[in-house]
Formats: sequence, structure tokens, C-alpha cells
Amino acid sequence: MNKIAIIYKKELKNFFNSPVAYITLVVFLLIGGWFFTSTLFLINESDLRTLFQVIPIIYIFFIPAITMGLIAKERNDNTMEFLTTLPFDDKDIVIGKFLAALSLIGTALLFTLVHFITLTVIGTNLDVGALLSGYLGLFLVGGVYAAIGTFSSSVTNNQITAFIISFLIIFLFFMMDKILFFVPGFMTSFLQFMSIDYHLSNISRGVIDSRNLIYFGSVISFFLLISTRILEIRKWR
Amino acid sequence: MIRIENLSKDYGKFRAVNSISFEVNDGEILGFLGPNGAGKSTTLKVITSYLAPTEGNVYVNNLNVIDDSMEIRDMIGYLPELNPLYHEMNVFDFLKFVSVSRGFDTKRFKKRLGEVIELCGLKGVMHKDIRELSKGYKQRVGLAQAIFHDPKILILDEPTNGLDPNQIVEIRELIKNLGKEKTVIISSHILQEIQATADRMIIINEGNIVANGTIDELMADFQGKTRLTMEIADTTKDAINDLKKEFIELNITEIGMNKENVSATLEYPNHRDYRKDIFNYAVNNKWAILEMSRHKTSLEDVFRNLTVEGGKHE
Ligand SMILES: Nc1ncnc2c1ncn2[C@@H]1O[C@H](COP(=O)(O)OP(=O)(O)OP(=O)(O)O)[C@@H](O)[C@H]1O
Ligand SMILES: [Mg+2]
Repeated sequence: MNKIAIIYKKELKNFFNSPVAYITLVVFLLIGGWFFTSTLFLINESDLRTLFQVIPIIYIFFIPAITMGLIAKERNDNTMEFLTTLPFDDKDIVIGKFLAALSLIGTALLFTLVHFITLTVIGTNLDVGALLSGYLGLFLVGGVYAAIGTFSSSVTNNQITAFIISFLIIFLFFMMDKILFFVPGFMTSFLQFMSIDYHLSNISRGVIDSRNLIYFGSVISFFLLISTRILEIRKWR
Repeated sequence: MIRIENLSKDYGKFRAVNSISFEVNDGEILGFLGPNGAGKSTTLKVITSYLAPTEGNVYVNNLNVIDDSMEIRDMIGYLPELNPLYHEMNVFDFLKFVSVSRGFDTKRFKKRLGEVIELCGLKGVMHKDIRELSKGYKQRVGLAQAIFHDPKILILDEPTNGLDPNQIVEIRELIKNLGKEKTVIISSHILQEIQATADRMIIINEGNIVANGTIDELMADFQGKTRLTMEIADTTKDAINDLKKEFIELNITEIGMNKENVSATLEYPNHRDYRKDIFNYAVNNKWAILEMSRHKTSLEDVFRNLTVEGGKHE
């Protein structure tokens, strides 16, 4: 089996040993359900848009909770020493753990979709294209946040500290686009380019541009790369 | 063969291991002995490529721990200090994880699992969560994890630490068994531990190797001395210290007061029995010897001499 897949499977199983996975899935199911019932049969684009605005806010709390233990807990329990002396590259460990967190987030997103699928099945008119591109956007944002969470979990032994660090960084990314009004002019275009919302807006409109995908890919890679470096530094410190 | 050449390891500015060199031959059980903080775990962590050397080189079968870390990890089974395990997994799942990590397919896993259960005495606990196991059983799981891929080399960092005496005996037996056709490094801060399991020992103190040899060799080096423990009335510490002036070869290693009496430990070379001389000297000075007992230096004394007393031998 591929090394990354081995770590991935272990982490995914591990999520279901702790309440965080169940809580996340239930919360997402409830959100989906709530949108579904409150707009029963009358779902339209603005409802979708609200849903797509609410989920990133939920992310800010849930993704740090999902990711906080990924590396910090193994460090604290000394199992990192066991894991890193098995024949795994540090990058296998980081990527496997990240992908497990991302899968959990993806599953949670699917849980919100359940109701929409019911709607389509019973024949309600629904803009499937908008729905899918919206979900793709949410998934990519989840990826960025999960990479930030993985990074935060790599800098400390303490899960609470990891939670706080990722919460803060994610919040910063979340707010970047919303504070443009307050920052000096020369910085706005840079901040805008760095902000998630800027790249998300195209995708949510159904326009899938490679530049936007590259942005998400780069931010995720960046955080995973420094997480890997931080794991490697233990050897030399 | 494991070859360590001038290995140093710094934590920040603190030098935990200071330019040590030694070799471990194939099939040998090497005891790595030293008091707390001596640098045992640090050295083992470098051999297992958890840490990188600050200076020097470590070779395992002529492969370098920096460049050929993966190949070396394949050859080594490692039981880290404190035996870290995934407590939320059950024993079966844990060993399954270890086996896939070591590249086993299901067929090989099943075959090897039976052997490992047998070797480590894990029958009956395979479906228990690791967190529920007693310390002794956790240690067996730690050993099972280390030997699962049948490595040529086993590195065990304080494998009996924290176990009760019965468990210690069991685990030692297990290690001796496992060590029959393997190269083993076993670390401990307890001499008996090493004496019971190892062919050869290296004593490390404050990051430096202070002794390296078979148990017999080490004994021979230090066995040249006799020790006398005495309790004497009607004298003073100063007066006892004056014994050294009378008998040049005599060494006073410990001296203290026990109520009005002086208790002292003396040391002298074996080639001459000083007991009569000391007795006569005491009589001449009107001291009353209440107690005098002689013992040959034990390995325990050697170890204490090398480590607790600063690693200097007179
Ligand atoms: N991660 C670390 N950071 C800083 N100093 C460390 C670290 N690990 C160990 N040390 C220090 O390095 C020295 C050697 O530690 P090491 O753990 O190798 O000793 P040891 O011989 O295994 O001791 P023990 O019997 O207590 O396990 C000690 O002084 C210890 O405090
Ligand atoms: Mg140690």
C-alpha cells in the first residue's frame, strides 16, 4: 500500500475514535436540514448563497477542532517518535493526515447535500451546475483551512494551542477580503489577490479558471510544506 | 554491524552526547548503561534516525543514518523510551498498522502475526484496546511492534522501566529469547538489568563513554581493590583521615559520624591485607573497633565509581 494511504487510513479511523468527527457530521447534517426545511420546495439561488456563506463560518470553528490533534497529539504522546522511525517520509505523514482531515470535511459537506439530492430526485427544479460549483468552492476552502490546521498542529505539542493558532490564521484569511476597505490603497490589490473570497467568487459563479485553482493548490502546498519542514527540524534542533 | 564514530549531539547549546565511538557486532547483545540524563536515549534516537547527529557518523551495515535512513529503518526494530503506543487502537489493529507500514501484505501479515503472538505472549489480548492493558502487556505490545518485521537489529530503550518484579523477569526472558539471532542494544540505568541480559556493556555518563567491555573485563579492571567498612569508637574523623599518612596505599572513600562513632569506608589494593595493620594502629591509638567487614569490589561499585562519583577512576 502507498505510504500516504497507510497514514490516511489510520487517521481516518482515528477520527472516529473521538467525538469530533461525529459532532462535525451531525452539525453539518443539521445545517443542511435546516436550510432544507426552512425553504422546503422553494429553494432558490439566494438560499444556496446563504448556505455557501454560512458553511465557511462553521469551518472557522470546526476545522481547527478537526485538525488540532493531527500532529500535536502524537508529539505529546511521544507516538511521533514511533511513527517517524517507521519507514515513512515526514511528507507522507503530513499529507496522509491532511487528506484524512479533508475527507472528513468532504463527507460533512456531502451530508449537507443529502437534502438537495432528495429534492432533485423528487423532481424539483434546481440549478445543479451552481450547486456543484458552489460545493467545489467550499471543498477547496476546506482544503486551505485544513492545511492551515495541519500546520498549526505541527508547531506545538498542545492541542488547545494548535486550535487557537489555526483559528487565528483561518480567521485572518476569512477576514482578508472583508477589511479591504480599511487598509491603505497600495495593499488592497495584494490582499485581494491573497484572499480566498476573491478566488472563490469565480468558482461559485461556475467559472472554473485555472488561476483560481492554482491559488488554492499553492496555499495548501505552502502550509503542508512548512508543516513537513517543521517535522524535519526536530532532527537538527 | 553498527558503527558509531565520534558522535556528538547537541540540544541547542547543551551537549547531550560528546564525541562517543563504539561498535556493536552482529549477533551481540550490547548493554547501554548510564544514570539518568547520561545520553543513552539520545544516542539510540540517532541510530534509529529520529534525530540527526550534530557531529560524527553512525553507520548501520555500512549505511549512513543521514543518507540511507529508510534502508536502516527497515533493518531496525525500535522500542522507544516510555513505550509510546496508540492507546485508542486495539492490539490487532495496531499490529496490522505496523505490518502495512513495514510493507507486509495480508498473507504475510497473517503468517507473521501468529509467530509474534506466540513469541510475545499476546494470546487473549489481541482484541483489547491497548489503553486497557497492564503495563507488562503494553510492553509486550511494544516489543511485538519492534520485532514484527523480523529485523536484524533490535534497539530497546529501557524496556523494563516501570514494570513490577515479575513482569521484569518475564520481559527479560522475552528479550533474551528474541536476542538469540539478533543484534540487540538494550539501554538501562540499572546494572542488574544489563548484567542479566547483555554480553557486553558500555557505560555512559554525562555524554561520555566511561567503560566498554564484557562484564568479566570490567570486573577484572576494577577488582584489584578491597573495601573495608568500619565503625570505630573513641576517635574522630580527623584521626581516621590520618590513617592515610601511615598507610600510603589506603584510600578513604567515605567517612561520617554515627552518633559518637565514626563510620568509614576504606579501600586498598588486593596485594596486601591491611586489616591487621589497621587493627594494631587502632589499638595503639586506643580506638575501639566496633565493626570491620571486608568486601571485594562488585560490579555495582564499579558502576557507581564510574558514574555517580564523576566518572573518574583513581
Ligand atoms: N529534547 C530535548 N531537549 C533538550 N534537552 C534534552 C532533550 N532530550 C534530552 N535532553 C537532555 O539531554 C541529556 C541526555 O538525555 P537522554 O534522554 O539521552 O538521557 P538518558 O541517558 O536516556 O536518561 P534517562 O535514563 O533519564 O532516560 C539530559 O541532560 C537531558 O536533559
Ligand atoms: Mg532515556
